[in-house]
Amino acid sequence: MEATQPASEATVEQQILGRGAREGAGLLRNWYARLDAAARASEPAAYVFVMGSMAEILRVFDFHLVFPEVNSLQTAIRKVSGEYLNEAEDYGYSADICAYVKADVAVQLRGGKHPNGLIPRPTLAVLTNACNTYIKWAEIWERLYHTPAFVIDVPGPRHSGWTNQPGSEDFERDRCYVEAQLRELIVLCERVTGRRFDIDRLREVLAEANATGRVWREMVDLNRSRPAPFNAVGDGTVYLGVMNALRATPEGTRYFERVVEELRYKVEHGLGSMPKEEFRLCFVGVPCYPIFRRFNELFTEHNGNFVTSTYMMFASGGQNVHFEYDLTRPLESLAEGVLLTVRTAMFGMFFTDQLLAEMIEPFQLDGVVYHAVKSCRTVSTGLADTRRSVMARYDIPSLHIESDLVDKRVVAEAPMKNRTDAFFEALAGRRLRAA
Amino acid sequence: MRLLPPWQGKPLQEIIGLAREVVEDTDFPTVARWREQGGKVVGHFQVYFPEEIAAAAGMLPVKLKGAPLEARNAGSRFGSYLCSIVKTSLELALSDRLKLDLFVTHPICDAARNQAGVWNRSVPYPVDTLYLPQNASFPGAVGYLRGEYQRIQRRIEEIVGRRVSDDALRSAVAVFNENRRLLRELYRLRRETPWLLATDECYVLMALGAVVERREHNELLKAVLPLVRERTAPRQDRLRVIFEGGFCEQPPLDLLRALGQLCYVVDDDLLIGLRWITEDVPTLGDPLTNLADAYLNRSSYSPVQHDARKPKEVMLLKRIRESGAEAAIIGGAKMCEPALEEQVAYAKALEEVNVPYFVTEFEETMVSFENLQLQLETFVENVQFADDDDAAAPAAG
Repeated sequence: MEATQPASEATVEQQILGRGAREGAGLLRNWYARLDAAARASEPAAYVFVMGSMAEILRVFDFHLVFPEVNSLQTAIRKVSGEYLNEAEDYGYSADICAYVKADVAVQLRGGKHPNGLIPRPTLAVLTNACNTYIKWAEIWERLYHTPAFVIDVPGPRHSGWTNQPGSEDFERDRCYVEAQLRELIVLCERVTGRRFDIDRLREVLAEANATGRVWREMVDLNRSRPAPFNAVGDGTVYLGVMNALRATPEGTRYFERVVEELRYKVEHGLGSMPKEEFRLCFVGVPCYPIFRRFNELFTEHNGNFVTSTYMMFASGGQNVHFEYDLTRPLESLAEGVLLTVRTAMFGMFFTDQLLAEMIEPFQLDGVVYHAVKSCRTVSTGLADTRRSVMARYDIPSLHIESDLVDKRVVAEAPMKNRTDAFFEALAGRRLRAA
Repeated sequence: MRLLPPWQGKPLQEIIGLAREVVEDTDFPTVARWREQGGKVVGHFQVYFPEEIAAAAGMLPVKLKGAPLEARNAGSRFGSYLCSIVKTSLELALSDRLKLDLFVTHPICDAARNQAGVWNRSVPYPVDTLYLPQNASFPGAVGYLRGEYQRIQRRIEEIVGRRVSDDALRSAVAVFNENRRLLRELYRLRRETPWLLATDECYVLMALGAVVERREHNELLKAVLPLVRERTAPRQDRLRVIFEGGFCEQPPLDLLRALGQLCYVVDDDLLIGLRWITEDVPTLGDPLTNLADAYLNRSSYSPVQHDARKPKEVMLLKRIRESGAEAAIIGGAKMCEPALEEQVAYAKALEEVNVPYFVTEFEETMVSFENLQLQLETFVENVQFADDDDAAAPAAG
């Protein structure tokens, strides 16, 4: 019998490198396949959103989680969003309405047909007030299907420097409000599914959410290394997909553990996400999905790497917050976690200047790229002013460009390239002068 | 404090003219007069704010509803695909036309919820966000909102440097109750006799309340209402319509006048925040709880509040029914997502019940209405002269 030889360095690299993208894509394919099967079997599905998905409660009732935002961006990735948008606009929706909403309207009008498979109808919709379009969107399902739409008010940051922290009277008031709403949501889930709520099952899910959150934060922090082991737009979007779809599941936690293994290996071996990382950038906003790969190339061609993004913060529902659920008081702690994470996501969108201030040094940023999109006023309204404010306070170059997250009609690649080229010329010139 | 130029004893037309001048003046002369006397001012963004709290503290609550002006200073602080009102509201502050001591915004839409950040970075005075519940039918919402009102009250107390007593709040509630009663009467008068009060006239008389103390507004309304009833304008054969879509950004006054020349606008949602509470708020008991309860449970509707008890299209049909309207004008400010999203539901609901409707967009800064007027004329003619079979044909501007 031959003795097992230790794997060569090359074999190890082959097994480890690229697993985040490869396995992430596989998990998302499987997730869509499960949604397709659920639609065909008419199994209960909850429509939820990335900022405050309430996966912790919904998984206790075994709902399939459908993320309409992810479905909509996937129509752009698959290069078919134009057809979907036209259909919604023919139905009556204005060209000036969020394209995520319209792409989903078309999915509904097509009986759930989506490029990634069949999407189940909503048994219920659960949403937070983190984005007002969530509310208007859910009202569409209410009208189409009489789906109960449960809005969870999460009181957000009231102003700059808002210091409502656990232990304060104001925080406790907000937390109690969230907890009371979560209890009401549980009653609704019991009514819709005909099943009793199991608090021990909730504890299991919370424990898993703690594990997923821990490893997610470790992953994000690994990108402080130079060179950064992942691209926060290219790779980060895959990570976000898995984080939302498989949040608080053993499958999701295992995935991020394996990603962290990969990233640690890269850090230890000085491997970056690109051959030569010259400029470390922060991406602020929502990606340009109609030309997703090309958009990223506009920066990587100049050896610019997005080492961090506000998107990974708010679109993960505020998973950057160092908070773990206390399993001895699950509902109280869940309310605290929801309040802290969702309002942190809001803070990152409305007081982005303060978030950026905390990112510049740890991530050794050379520049900030603001990408405002027509569809998302939540994220984009204040970006021009944020840029003005950050430039006035910090010595960091920036680029502000506008396009859309799904609607290709609003994406002008050539002007974006001109501006990106000029931005990198300025970055290079600045570096020369500094030398 | 009297903030308006003398109007007592003047003919109705002159009072309306004066109201129009004050409402249209982008230098806010009434607010300037208030400040000259040492008064402090709370500016609050659309749609609703519990102004009673500010009034009880001796501050002047001013409703920010944008203005028909160019956003020279504020424009560059916002993205391209936005409604005008968020830009021009900040412009009023940056250009010193409107001087405030506190600005309060509300997360009524995705653009407005960014205002706290942008204003915080742009003005030297405090800025706050009032999180009005979107889970409006939830039983715990009243208690939460009461706490939020108390927080705002503390903020106001810090600015005026003294506590606000419950009695002061109750007195303010009584004044605002009277104001809302008078506005309901104004609207009833127009609904029942629209030939006596044109839409733009009704609007300016109401909108004065956004820039003067309510006691003075009450005095003026009490004097004006009998004068309107005494008018002798002849009733004409005009289409009775409602106008929907003016809950936040306001259409230009000239657009309202143009509408009034073509049809009788018998109800609307213009500045609905001033009329949000539809019944008297009790003056006994805890005033903040009473205000919170009235906001949630005795109130109107708008596209920016989710309340499963009040589906917007059902409320629209109720407004049409109760006002005896024959058709609806469904407006929406340019780039206003809540209004544009609601237009679809409104259109479907109106088609189902065979009510003719006209869909249009407007902007507070627009100056030319010829095309819109022509389209509207065509719509009105179609409705008035069409056979019963095709009376429900929709139109789009």
